[in-house]
Amino acid sequence: MSILFLLIPLGMIFLGVAIWAFLWAVRSGQFDDMEGPAHRILMDDDDPRIPGREPTGKNDESPGDA
Amino acid sequence: MAADSANCFHCGQPVPAGGHYRVEIDGQDRDMCCPGCQAVAQAIVDGGLTDYYRHRTASSITAQNLVPEELQNLTIYDQPEVQRSFVTNEPRDAAEVKQASLILEGIVCAACVWLNERHVNALPGVIEFRVNYATHRAHVKWDDTLIHLSEILRAIAAIGYIAHPFDPGRQEQLHKKEKSQALRRLAVAGLGAMQVMMLAVALYAGEYQGMESRMQTFFRWVSLLIASPVVFYSARPFFTSAWRDLKRMQLGMDVPVALAIGGAYLASVWATLTRSGEVYFDSVTMFTFFLLAGRFLEMGARHRAGQAAEELVKLLPAMATRLTETGEEVVAVAELAPGDRVRVKPGDSVPADGRVIEGSSSVDESLLTGESLPLSRSINDEVIGGTVNVESPLIIQIDRVGEDTVLAAIQRLLHRAQTEKPRLAGLADRIAGYFVGVILLLALGVGWWWWQHQPGEAFWIVLSMLVVTCPCALSLATPAALTAATGSLTRLGVLTTRGHALETLARASHIILDKTGTLTTGRLQLRDIRLRGSLDEGACLRIAAALEQASEHPVARALSHEVTDTPLAREVEAVPGQGLEGAVEGVRYRIGQAAYVAELVGQAAAHEGSEGSQTEVWLANEQEILATFSLSDSLRPDAADALEDLRRLGLTPLLFSGDSEAAVAAVARELGIEDFSARMRPEDKLAAMHALQAGGALVAMVGDGVNDAPVLAGAQVSLAMGGGTQLAQASADMVLLSEHLPHLPRAVEMARATLRIIRENLAWAVVYNLVALPLAAMGYVAPWMAAIGMSASSLIVVLNALRLNKKYTRPAVAPAHRASLDMA
Repeated sequence: MSILFLLIPLGMIFLGVAIWAFLWAVRSGQFDDMEGPAHRILMDDDDPRIPGREPTGKNDESPGDA
Repeated sequence: MAADSANCFHCGQPVPAGGHYRVEIDGQDRDMCCPGCQAVAQAIVDGGLTDYYRHRTASSITAQNLVPEELQNLTIYDQPEVQRSFVTNEPRDAAEVKQASLILEGIVCAACVWLNERHVNALPGVIEFRVNYATHRAHVKWDDTLIHLSEILRAIAAIGYIAHPFDPGRQEQLHKKEKSQALRRLAVAGLGAMQVMMLAVALYAGEYQGMESRMQTFFRWVSLLIASPVVFYSARPFFTSAWRDLKRMQLGMDVPVALAIGGAYLASVWATLTRSGEVYFDSVTMFTFFLLAGRFLEMGARHRAGQAAEELVKLLPAMATRLTETGEEVVAVAELAPGDRVRVKPGDSVPADGRVIEGSSSVDESLLTGESLPLSRSINDEVIGGTVNVESPLIIQIDRVGEDTVLAAIQRLLHRAQTEKPRLAGLADRIAGYFVGVILLLALGVGWWWWQHQPGEAFWIVLSMLVVTCPCALSLATPAALTAATGSLTRLGVLTTRGHALETLARASHIILDKTGTLTTGRLQLRDIRLRGSLDEGACLRIAAALEQASEHPVARALSHEVTDTPLAREVEAVPGQGLEGAVEGVRYRIGQAAYVAELVGQAAAHEGSEGSQTEVWLANEQEILATFSLSDSLRPDAADALEDLRRLGLTPLLFSGDSEAAVAAVARELGIEDFSARMRPEDKLAAMHALQAGGALVAMVGDGVNDAPVLAGAQVSLAMGGGTQLAQASADMVLLSEHLPHLPRAVEMARATLRIIRENLAWAVVYNLVALPLAAMGYVAPWMAAIGMSASSLIVVLNALRLNKKYTRPAVAPAHRASLDMA
């Protein structure tokens, strides 16, 4: 059972990391819009597979596009 | 696709017969309802943003055909003086990089956000454009040397949305700060509670199976370490507000909360240090977390309501066109001084009180006085700031500005009414006061008894009493119910902007209604056509619509609304206050007042007595009088049903209006309202309401205009119409965004349901405490029992409140019931 003396402090370190990560997320504005990003990810900005669709506008060209 | 072809592909409105507006989208021709939608759809397709139509989940709003002049007006936003109020420049950016916040109108689904971001970001010179879907606000950053703000606004208008720059102001900053702080406290409490709970389970298990004492001590110390930030950081708001309550000699809800958290924590620390007694760290942290979660939800609802209310305000900076020796200049209204001359175009509002020195026109004073028809104003007549010029340009000499204006006087009245507002203490606050008093006395008594008999046990028993009679359920009872109710009401289109509104609305006995703009739409509608000549009804209407097409007068809007294929009128001339003359298909016509129209024919008009609430408009050509149109401000279609439901709920309706006796009486008769008063100024309305309140009535007020604002502020609970003025909304406790009158009785029902749920919750909390208290007083409650009891009682309260979300979204009156009412 002595291992607990090591494991529990270790758990507390993880707790500290978790709290720090959350505070960072709050500070960087990730909780400002709770609805938009969920939809945003579904919309493809550059989908060349849609027939008849060619990239238009400057935002379509991402550097890594083949 | 057959169904699609009948409706506009862009906005979903029906396509008028014979419409020929089409746009090719994704290789298919799509029908559009109007040139506005056509232009917008074309702009979207041309911009390569056709994906919008694939991804959207709701129809767009009907595109408004912005006239070039309105687009031109946007250049006002480029002027540095105007930009001062809403444009910022971050020091670390170059001087020409500017930032502004915009309110976006017309966002209906996430695809709108995508469309706007893609479209605006593609403009050269726009550095960043981000749309917040939750708040419908956008943030734009641009390089002023490459693009101007007005061009960005125009680009947004081109794809069918309307953007208003606004000053996010300090309120917004405060909200943001409050939210992020609440989130941080919540996170610390939540993560802490989980960890402490884990250790607590081990400690409870150790009680049964036996545990090494050094392990128990270690676990207690670790719990202490984790619980400390929860108590000192997360729970701090409870301590500060409890201290504030105590200083004011009150026993609020936060006093027992702070007492329980503080007491249990200190006792647990003592137990840990002395290796005796029990530890309550799990209860402390979980209690804090539950309460913070409840408050966080409550805060979210409050912020949303505040934001939506703010959004109603079109935050155009108030501008006026001042005439100087050299020409015209656009200045802020605040810079105007008595003696200045200003030009007021049709459709604009008068910037300050003054006199007409050139031109004559009709002025719409409905929002200020409740008068439903525009009044004619010519040279030397007084005009009031805030009223709207309807017909033709006016030049006005300013007499009074700022504090001396009629509008400012009404605002002063409003502030006085607000300070005199009778307030009802919330149910929970009153109960909490008694509850806390009783608990503290009992704890003292029980402690004294145990001190006499078993001094060693006294402290622990008193402590477990305080923890187990945890006021958690009690303090969650009200916020949980209010949050749930506010949420469902917001979905219905009824915003609650002040916390007490629901509780007070549930107990209202009288409801005062305003007429113009509240019970009626505030717009004239064609009621009747009497033919007097050789032309038939359709022809008369077409001619009337053609003549009135260019006019802003409410009569004109009502008439041109009736016809779709309007012919073109030439040589139209307006005589303010009289009517219009013009040629349609080669024939001269006059439309307007009887005497003016009769002049063209050369015969006196046979004037018949008409109902006072109606407006008569005559039409004639050079040979004969053709027709008389009767128009009246029409009741909202569902006003009668709404009134019926309100009566069924036991509320007494009253009608207070600033309009003429005849118009008010007609509406009152139609709706069966017995108690009505006409020609009331704001101070009359306020006095009449004070008289009611003095008689013991609990008054709810519904209104929309500036003249209603003082009464809205003085009523115990008030609702403003969504289309009403900013001042009315600012002084109201709730805003009827939907403008749908049947939502009034729904709101009352919801308020009553909420009050019922709050009572149930409070009753449950009290019963729980009555059971737990004797057990704790007798020393039967172990810490783990206290923890479970507390969690269970809180959970029940929250689940009970959530019933408000589902149960009360049914129609106010079942259709069968309504049918029987109609037959009666």
